[in-house]
Amino acid sequence: MSAFFDAMGRVPPLLAQHVLLAGAALLLGMTISLPLAVWSARRPGVARVALGAASLVQTVPGLALLALFYPLLLWLSGLVGGGIPALGFLPALLALTLYAVLPILRNGVAGLGGIDPAVREAADAVGMTAAQKLRLIEAPLALPVVVAGIRTAAVWTIGAATLSTTVGQPSLGDMIFAGLQTQAWALVLAGCVAAAGLALAVDALIGLIERGLTRRRRGLWVTGVALLVAGLALATAPLWRHGGERTVVVGAKNFSEQYILARLIGDRLEKAGYLVEYRDGLGSAVVFGALSSGSVDVYVDYAGTIWTAEIKRTDTPPRAEMVAAIGDWAKRTRGVGLVGALGFENAYAFAMKSDRAAALGVTSLDDLVGRAPDLVLGSDLEFLDRPEWAAVRRAYPLRFARTAPYSPTFMYRALESGAADVISAFSSDGRIAADRLTVLSDPRGAIPGYDAILLVSPKRAADARFTAALRPLVGRIPVEVMREANYRVDRDTRKQTPEAAARWLAAKVGLK
Amino acid sequence: MPAQSLVFDGVTKRFGGTAVVDDVSVAIEGGSLVALVGTSGSGKSTLLKTINRLVEPDAGRVLIDGSDVAEGPAPLLRRGIGYVFQGIGLFPHLTVAENVAIGARIAGRDADVAALLDLVALPRAMADRYPSALSGGQQQRVGIARALAPKPGVLLLDEAFGALDPVTRDTLGQEIRALHERLGLTTILVTHDMAEALLLATRVLVMQAGRIVGDASPRDLANGGGGEAAQSLMAVPRHQAERLRALEHGG
Repeated sequence: MSAFFDAMGRVPPLLAQHVLLAGAALLLGMTISLPLAVWSARRPGVARVALGAASLVQTVPGLALLALFYPLLLWLSGLVGGGIPALGFLPALLALTLYAVLPILRNGVAGLGGIDPAVREAADAVGMTAAQKLRLIEAPLALPVVVAGIRTAAVWTIGAATLSTTVGQPSLGDMIFAGLQTQAWALVLAGCVAAAGLALAVDALIGLIERGLTRRRRGLWVTGVALLVAGLALATAPLWRHGGERTVVVGAKNFSEQYILARLIGDRLEKAGYLVEYRDGLGSAVVFGALSSGSVDVYVDYAGTIWTAEIKRTDTPPRAEMVAAIGDWAKRTRGVGLVGALGFENAYAFAMKSDRAAALGVTSLDDLVGRAPDLVLGSDLEFLDRPEWAAVRRAYPLRFARTAPYSPTFMYRALESGAADVISAFSSDGRIAADRLTVLSDPRGAIPGYDAILLVSPKRAADARFTAALRPLVGRIPVEVMREANYRVDRDTRKQTPEAAARWLAAKVGLK
Repeated sequence: MPAQSLVFDGVTKRFGGTAVVDDVSVAIEGGSLVALVGTSGSGKSTLLKTINRLVEPDAGRVLIDGSDVAEGPAPLLRRGIGYVFQGIGLFPHLTVAENVAIGARIAGRDADVAALLDLVALPRAMADRYPSALSGGQQQRVGIARALAPKPGVLLLDEAFGALDPVTRDTLGQEIRALHERLGLTTILVTHDMAEALLLATRVLVMQAGRIVGDASPRDLANGGGGEAAQSLMAVPRHQAERLRALEHGG
């Protein structure tokens, strides 16, 4: 139970971001959909197109809608010569705004369309102008229905805002995604309770306003509006004080090692006098972009990932050469600074249960080629689309009976239960040792080196105090220590939080 | 101020190729109470609405006191014309007083709501009620008060009593006639009920297929004048009157 209360402690700053994002999206959604509803109510053709488009948007899953804005904004930014952030608040705001439009638009059209034609005729006949008719008659009569639409939109937006974590905008989703990844159920629960509580509270308050308007009871809706405004002010209070230049953002992808390293980095930066914020659970594809654009100040990536996904190289030079080449490329093309390699590698590693590998006589990827047609490959969510998998297949003609993507935690479960025979594991994963898995060797050298490297944004690359605070991490972390730290977070019993594991790691390698 | 005169000059309105109002020209003296009578679809409501431009004619002009209603913005024109119709159309979110005063409010003036309620014989205590709390007859009285509030010279009634029970209908009809005289209005009353037209109006225009096919005083109509179409409409009240008389004399 105390884990849950600890987790609740993380709620206020994330709640503030969550409320700000959902509130801004709702307001923007209203400014778009209300005039559109008035226009649609006057022109059936406009109504068909607008409602059709809004309904179409609604059929796109929230996660996909958010993800689509990344390339779109990137392209737009390229078009106008840069300056449009493709990650963080903007894409999240735009996607959620689109989500908010439909219910408000639909109710607006229904509310205006539901007005008695005799009332409209009377409004014309007493000599109202179109503007007077809208203000005095149509708007007040449609208002309760419109508010009901706003209420629906608010609940949807608050729910969907949890997904904005994936494009680098902090929200209560940070807790849910991080908790899911590290199986810290208290964290997931706290995130869900906070998001659901927010949605319920907003739903109840807008419901109160709606009831007050429908029954023409001024006291009721004024109370509702006052409580809503007070609640919003209270919830966003943590955002009011701001560290300005001294606030830095530490990014992390969506697995335990990244959470631990982010805390390790964050702790050092705090000791150096910075105010630290974390962006957890960033997609592998978006995080480098976030660093280049400065919405993330520092994170740990892996040499092979940058090599194949960002530089688009297919050769595999020795590890040290690759790291040096990445440092040059990042500086030259993006202004991104490479502080150095941390000392361990987290490569993709094909792993099998030892007894199964022994029974099939498989010790290398070469051995696997003949057996693959009878086996199921379990992978993480992105592996099958990554260039590394393409490189492996160029070197080894692997044809599996079936492939199944899992979130990393469940991938190990799938291997354990026999649902998958081979998995795309990570060489620094503590579960390899703990589960006594057999890691298949790569005799043809198809998998590139995956040295963990510390990257900093263009602005921070020029900040001497910042890089000085991070330099002690370079070459400091052996793979055995990283594995154990990871295992402390991933194991099923006596789990530690990434913060605790980061402190353990710092002590273990002798960092003050 | 002498009552306003009204002239239709070649007024035509087509809906999808059919002429609903077909080249109507007729002059109406200021201060008269004219009934426009005809069966459903004869074009009488459409002709009426060309006066306050709820319907814009495809050809022809409507003149009030010699000036074309099409000149100037329609809202301004409508503020000088009272309009009462079968649908009543009270604003459900406004009180009786706010409904009555709406014409003055949009024109930026004040209205004497109490006097207007007196005029249509509604208790002043009703001022703060919402329309949904009123009976149909009371609602239409509010509708009339709302139409009279801006002190119009012309009053248009489009089947205004059509949805009311016969007793209320008769009472309101008599009251409208009294108001018409007291306020010096020019009143046009659209109805499909020839008896109502005969008993209230000073002149009856009969419409059929978009044209005026009969134009006579109630006395002329009662004596078999006004033309064939008018007399066929007269058949109903005449037949009813004969049967009533027969009943009185013991069948």
